[in-house]
Amino acid sequence: MSTTAATPQPGSPRAVVEDERRGGRFDVLGRVAQGELGSIRVVIALIVIWAIFTIANSNFLTATNLVNLSLQIAATGTISVGVVLVLLLGEIDLSVAIVSGLCAAIMAVLNVNHGWAAIPAIAAGVGAGAAIGLFQGSVVTRFGIPSFVVTLAGLIGWQGVLLWVLGSTGTVNITDPTIVDLAGEFFSGAGAWILAAVVVAGFAAATLNARRRRRAAGLEAASPQVVALRIVAVAVVTFGVVAVLDQDRGVPLALVILLAFVILFDYVVRRTRFGRHILAVGGSAEAARRAGIRVTRIRVLVFVLASTMAACGGILAASRLLAVNQSSGGSDLLLLAIAGPVIAGTSLFGGRGTVWSALLGGLIIGSISNGMDLLALSSSVKFMVTGAVLLAAVVVDAAARQRRQRAGRV
Amino acid sequence: MTATANATDAPLLELRGVSKRFGAVEALTDVDFELRAGEVVGLVGDNGAGKSTLVKVMSGIHSADAGEYRFAGESQHVAAPSDATALGVATVYQDLALCDNLDVVANLFVGREEIVGGPAGLAHELDEAGMEKQAAELLKTLTVTIPSLRAEVGLMSGGQRQSIAIARSLIGEAKVVLLDEPTAALGVAQTKQVLDLIKRLREQGLGVVVISHNLADVFEVVDRIFVLRLGRRAGVYEIGETSREEIVAVITGAEFGEDDGREPDAQERAR
Repeated sequence: MSTTAATPQPGSPRAVVEDERRGGRFDVLGRVAQGELGSIRVVIALIVIWAIFTIANSNFLTATNLVNLSLQIAATGTISVGVVLVLLLGEIDLSVAIVSGLCAAIMAVLNVNHGWAAIPAIAAGVGAGAAIGLFQGSVVTRFGIPSFVVTLAGLIGWQGVLLWVLGSTGTVNITDPTIVDLAGEFFSGAGAWILAAVVVAGFAAATLNARRRRRAAGLEAASPQVVALRIVAVAVVTFGVVAVLDQDRGVPLALVILLAFVILFDYVVRRTRFGRHILAVGGSAEAARRAGIRVTRIRVLVFVLASTMAACGGILAASRLLAVNQSSGGSDLLLLAIAGPVIAGTSLFGGRGTVWSALLGGLIIGSISNGMDLLALSSSVKFMVTGAVLLAAVVVDAAARQRRQRAGRV
Repeated sequence: MTATANATDAPLLELRGVSKRFGAVEALTDVDFELRAGEVVGLVGDNGAGKSTLVKVMSGIHSADAGEYRFAGESQHVAAPSDATALGVATVYQDLALCDNLDVVANLFVGREEIVGGPAGLAHELDEAGMEKQAAELLKTLTVTIPSLRAEVGLMSGGQRQSIAIARSLIGEAKVVLLDEPTAALGVAQTKQVLDLIKRLREQGLGVVVISHNLADVFEVVDRIFVLRLGRRAGVYEIGETSREEIVAVITGAEFGEDDGREPDAQERAR
């Protein structure tokens, strides 16, 4: 019976035509949706913003101001790295900012009031972040409560713990050189150039290795020209940044820390099984569950990572401020940490986005804020502009989602 | 004895006297079912006839209250979906369970990603090149045409998505594929695409079960039709020896009267 029905027809003519038509749409629309052109869109937005502020104030594009800018975005960007992971999962963590403040406070109190050395104190702060994430993630998964509500409770509750940890004075000043150096140390001269060379060499090695693997598997691989172009582009950007920052104090250690986190988690998300499982859960938790992925474990781990990154960001912020006080982790830090990745194209609906959006989004928000400070605009204007930019970004995200839904349904 | 040795005659997947009850509702009563390698069986019946329950027993989601689950001639204990998967019974659900945000390769391997060797393997780095190669080969064998292996599945047509979901079930060395309403909500051209794919699964020597409401599709692709009615086996028909009218009559019970449930097969043979 199996022989009679053997009719392998590679699609009717109509089906083929339809496939081709759809194929054409993939090239443009698909790539925008997949973020390849999305990142370019963000870079263009950044160039436009920088152009506007440079015209408005000639001090904007100076080495001194760019060093300031990179110091300003380091802490928020580090928190945003964790936010990206949570957003990829299709969840939200509203407690990241206050957790950053609390963990910095724990570090500062242990270091200053209890005489702990810098490294154990920092480790305790980071560990506290991990514990908070474990607790919140467990509550979310164990009781099936929306993460929005659980972390909102965290936002309020950890604020209380922060005030309690800081005690009656409400402020702890940090003088420990190791902690201060996190935001106060700069790579300049040969050190900066060696650092840049390491980054470029690492990128080149990774790119060439990926290409070699594809060729070994007999797959179509990017042409040598394209590979060379990519490596040259990364080299130009990296050495360019170093050249500019080196005219002033140099490359801030805080920026290097942020970049290291971004590169590490970008690798985790795009290249490892754990990252693939995060994306799968973010795309469809039910599909992931049926495919045998331990969804609960992935969720809890991501909340742990988000709070841990928040702790790291909080410690960087404390190092820059040279103190932890009652407003640490407060004000608009939460909104900026979440708005950054969203502005740079990470979807609020889960499953779509890149870790680089933490850095790019931080740069956009940081540039707007820094530029408006240079122009001495009032906070009222700053809030309104930042809000408008965030709204525009979310509208773009939602519009892209609607387009995808229409395209997916035939 | 291997599965291939008895591929033509002995059933690959066999259920004997399976019953399943949910509280007061008897969803399946003493149902026998058999599926051979290289054969497509259509599973039809009215709403509530027990089709879904029967497939869920086969896929291990429900374990039967009574009866025997035999695979490749041996009695098996199938109490969880993982048991069925381990035997080589793969299920493609109606909702497909695809991750729209991931590309084709990622969807084919989701949950069973392959890891590169060497030091990078310690970080569980994905073997993208290896997976893409296998994916390309698999889709080529099945003559599934998609614009790009690296395109998001969410952007694809219903027929392409269904094809990907079916192809995914073959990644783990499946011998039996259960398809729940594979052509529901598909257009004419895409339905044909999926039916062609089912025929190619048969050519590969797999046993395929197709649940469908659409008798036109069933008649185009299956070798035998298995009719369930009120949780009982109402008859099994070779596709060349029956008509759509007859199947409709068996599904609705018009042929056998209201409370028939004794031995429809015997009656069928007697005719």
